Parts: sequence; structure tokens; C-alpha cells
Amino acid sequence: MVIFIDWQMLVRLAQIAPRLGNTEYNFEHCRKMVGEAAGDGVDLIVFPELALTGYLLKDMVAQVGLSTWDGKIQELSRLSGNISILLGLVEQGEDHFFYNSAFYFEAGALAERRRKGHLPTYGMFDEGRYFTQGNRVEAFSSRFGRVGVMICEDAWHPINPYILCQDGAQILFIISNSPVRGMTETGDFLSVQNWQLICRSYALLYSCFVIYVNRVGCEDGVSFSGCSQVVGPHGDVLESLPFLEEAVATVKIDLNELPKARIHSPVLRDEKFLSSIHELKRIREKTFGH
Amino acid sequence: MSSSVSVKKPLAINCEQVVKVLSGFIRTEVLKTGFGKVVLGLSGGIDSSLSAALAVRALGPANVIGVMMPYETSNPDSLADAELMTRSLGIAHRVLEITAMVKPFFEQNPEIDSVRRGNIMARMRMIVLYDVSAAEKALVLGTSNKTEYLLGYSTLWGDSACALNPLGDLYKTQVRALASYLELPERIIKKKPSADLWIGQTDEDELGFTYDQADAVLELLVDKRLSVHQAVESGFPADLVNHIMKVVRQTQYKRQMPLIAKLSNRTINRDFRFPRDWGL
Repeated sequence: MVIFIDWQMLVRLAQIAPRLGNTEYNFEHCRKMVGEAAGDGVDLIVFPELALTGYLLKDMVAQVGLSTWDGKIQELSRLSGNISILLGLVEQGEDHFFYNSAFYFEAGALAERRRKGHLPTYGMFDEGRYFTQGNRVEAFSSRFGRVGVMICEDAWHPINPYILCQDGAQILFIISNSPVRGMTETGDFLSVQNWQLICRSYALLYSCFVIYVNRVGCEDGVSFSGCSQVVGPHGDVLESLPFLEEAVATVKIDLNELPKARIHSPVLRDEKFLSSIHELKRIREKTFGH
Repeated sequence: MSSSVSVKKPLAINCEQVVKVLSGFIRTEVLKTGFGKVVLGLSGGIDSSLSAALAVRALGPANVIGVMMPYETSNPDSLADAELMTRSLGIAHRVLEITAMVKPFFEQNPEIDSVRRGNIMARMRMIVLYDVSAAEKALVLGTSNKTEYLLGYSTLWGDSACALNPLGDLYKTQVRALASYLELPERIIKKKPSADLWIGQTDEDELGFTYDQADAVLELLVDKRLSVHQAVESGFPADLVNHIMKVVRQTQYKRQMPLIAKLSNRTINRDFRFPRDWGL
């Protein structure tokens, strides 16, 4: 089978400020941005985590979940005829539990669904109280080649990008709702610095593109930082969006950079995959028994 | 853009970025309620002056109302400094003297001590601010800082009452840095902090330690999660650290909503949990 992929793509980062719990408004806003992006010849538009609902939902989670057969999802599917869409939302699963999910729409259909596996429930976070954990880490094939999706905290567990890249992902998407916190003397807030470090590290270590889309806005006193960015497979920052402000940027992703990066630094090729499995099994037996 | 994690000096802040966050916070949280303005009490002190300056950055001077509420024994400098701030910020202001409002209460209760009198004045100022809030459709902006909150150094339902507070996660030391960055008048930054509830009162005399001491110890106990023992080992007097820890514990109730006796399966704020922004 011959698979055709687009070697060059225009990705639009939609650094938006969703309104908390207002699914109707957020959906209309996203729909409008999808239409504009399609008109501009953009190939893929990426929205943040929970773009349709906002973040600090608490008990509202049960009121704003959408099923895959919801009219809004059908509409997004329809809109994806000419433009691919990656977007975060509260998903009401077939099991009637709620998931912090990312839906990927392509060629007029809901093509892939990823559920957040790591639900932060510590410090200021309380996601595990309301959401059900996803339990799959799997790359998928798109018109842009194999890609992986992580939702915020998922990217703080380095086993996830490792698995996704071993599974063939050449573009890692990270959609997030990162709150501003950790004051520094002169530089960015620590939360912003940490995300920049994570994005560059994964791009560099796995010679892949990292497309990070974070939200802005303020909910119950918590501000979200924005600072979305695209990092190329050499670890080079191709685009950075502003701190705290709503913004969009359209970035050309050229997959021709991948072979150059991977011949220069074939770290991913040299990963000892079977050896890693062997060691993980050994540790599993040591920790949990046979 | 730096990807290195910088090592932070104690309590040092990047004022430019903090101002961006705080003005964005005020603007977003005010506008989403449908209110367009804020009202705040101006004492002539650094906290209320800085809060007003941040509100002006967020909403523009036309949408910030400063209210001065002197009592007959208030230091005249307080009013003069508050007027200096309103002039330099270009905001509307009102002087609503509370003497005639609280004096009848004092006269009916001649045994009342200075702390009770101070509490009554603080609560009367709250009543005045919330009345201006209703009249002007302006949210009440709180001005307490993190040091005051942690030490419980406020009057419950008095000066602590507000709709939103931009300074509540900044220690007094950081408030001073931010005030300097925003070029507040030097005399306001430099003067001794005082609630001005009685003649000659200063915060530091009443607390028994300086804000610099309190902030340094609180940062260790709260932000750095050190135990009392570890804080003492790092060079602070045991009496001071123990006292501050005790005050923080004893005033925990001031940082909470009232306790509700649980009976049903859906008790407010315990298992009926919604953000404050619910429905906005």
C-alpha cells in the first residue's frame, strides 16, 4: 500500500481564551476560527486542551461533556473536509464516564480520539476527582504522517513521548491548560520555562516536531500563560506565541527537515527498544513479583 | 527566550511579568461579571495605592473609584497621601467620613477597647464600600497582601471583605518591589505601614516583628515547606518562628468560608463544587 502524505503543511496555533462552561460560545468561536483557517489555506488548526469548555469546571464537568455523536462533533467533522482539526474537550464516553479528551478530525470525520491518561490531582489540580483516566498511548497515521497527541500532564511523563516516537510519531502535539505560577527574579514564570524546556527537550531527543498549544485567559483567579510554540526536529524554536494574550500563528512544517535532523543526530534510531522492554520487565518483576 | 530554569533569590520577582498577570486578572475577572468598574478604599498606604495603580492599568482611570473613609482620629497624612494617589492616577474619588456613622455605637458602648473600635471602623468601611459598589455597579477590590492574610492581620468581614484581590499572593516585600516598579510616590512606599485605627498605631509595633522578618520566615514555612525546626536551623530565632507559625495556625479560620454542618449528600463547597465563575 502506498501512503501519500503532505510533506509540507501549514499549521495554525489557536491560542484562545475559552469561556468557562460556555460550550455554545466556545464552539462558535472555534467553528469561526476553523472557517477562517480553511479560507487561509491552513492544513491543520490546533486548539488547546478543553477548548470547548474551559478548565476549572469542577461539578460542571458532568454538564458540558459531549458524546461522539453530539451535533457539535458532527459539525466539526463536516468542517474538516478541507482542514484537519485537533481540539480538546470534555468527552462523555460510551460508558458515561467523563474524559479530558483530544479529538482529531480529518477528511470529514472524527478520525482519532485520545484521552488524557495522567490526570493531575495534587497542588492546585483536582482532575482525578472529575475525570476518568485514559489508558492508551498510541501514535496514529494522518495526512501529515504519523503523529502523537499528549494532553498537558501526559507530557510530564517522559515515557509517553518515548512510546509515541517509538510508535512512529514524527510530530508530537501537546495541547494544554497551563496555569501561570512560580515567580522568578528576572525571567519567565517557572511554569512557562518548564514547558519551553519540555518542548525543546522532546524535539531534540526524538528529532521530531513539537507543536505545543496552550490557552490564555483567567478563571477564578488562575491565569493561563499561553506561550504556545513550535519546535523543529533540531530543537530549534520555529514560533513562539505571546504570554497571556490571545493569538494565532501559522507555521510551515516541513517534514523534509526530519531526515536532516535524524542523520545529524540519530538518537531515536539508536534507542535500545528491546533492551528497554527487558529492563522494564525486570523492574516489574522486582517490584510486583512474577 | 531562556530554557534554563533560573535560581530565584528569596522573594525576588519579575515585576514586569507580575504586573501583566495582575492587570489581566483584574480586567478579565471584572469584565466577565458584567461589571466594568472597581471601587476600593484608599488609605494612603502602599497596598491600596498599588491596588489602585494595577486597577487603572487593567480598566483605565475612568473605571476605578477610590474612596477615602477617615475617622476623626485618623492621621491627616493618610488622607493627603490618598489624595496624592488619586491625583497621580487620575481616578475619581470620594471622601466619606465614617465618624458620624460609628460614633453613636461607641457612645452606647463606652467600655469598648481600641481593638473593638478598630474592628467596627473596618467593618463600617466595608459597609460604605459595598454601598458604593451597589450604587456604581463597581466590584470591591481587596487590598490585603499575602503577609496580612497569613498572619490574619485584618478584620474579618471588614477590610478583608472584597470581590477580588490582586495582591493576596504577594508578600509585603514583594508589594514594595512592585510599588517601586510602578513608580508610586516615594513617601507612600517609604512610610511605616499602619492600619491607622488609633493614634500612633503601626503594623510592625502591633505584630511584634517587622514585615521583612515575617516575609522571610513565611516564605520558608509556606512556600519552601520547611518545618519550624528547619526554619530555625536556617538562622531565624526560635521564638519568632514559633510565634509566626502559631499565628498562622490560629488565624486559619479567617481564610475560610464559614463551616457548614454536613447533613445531605450535596453540601455546599464540600460535594457541591462549582467555580466562582460558574454561569458567567
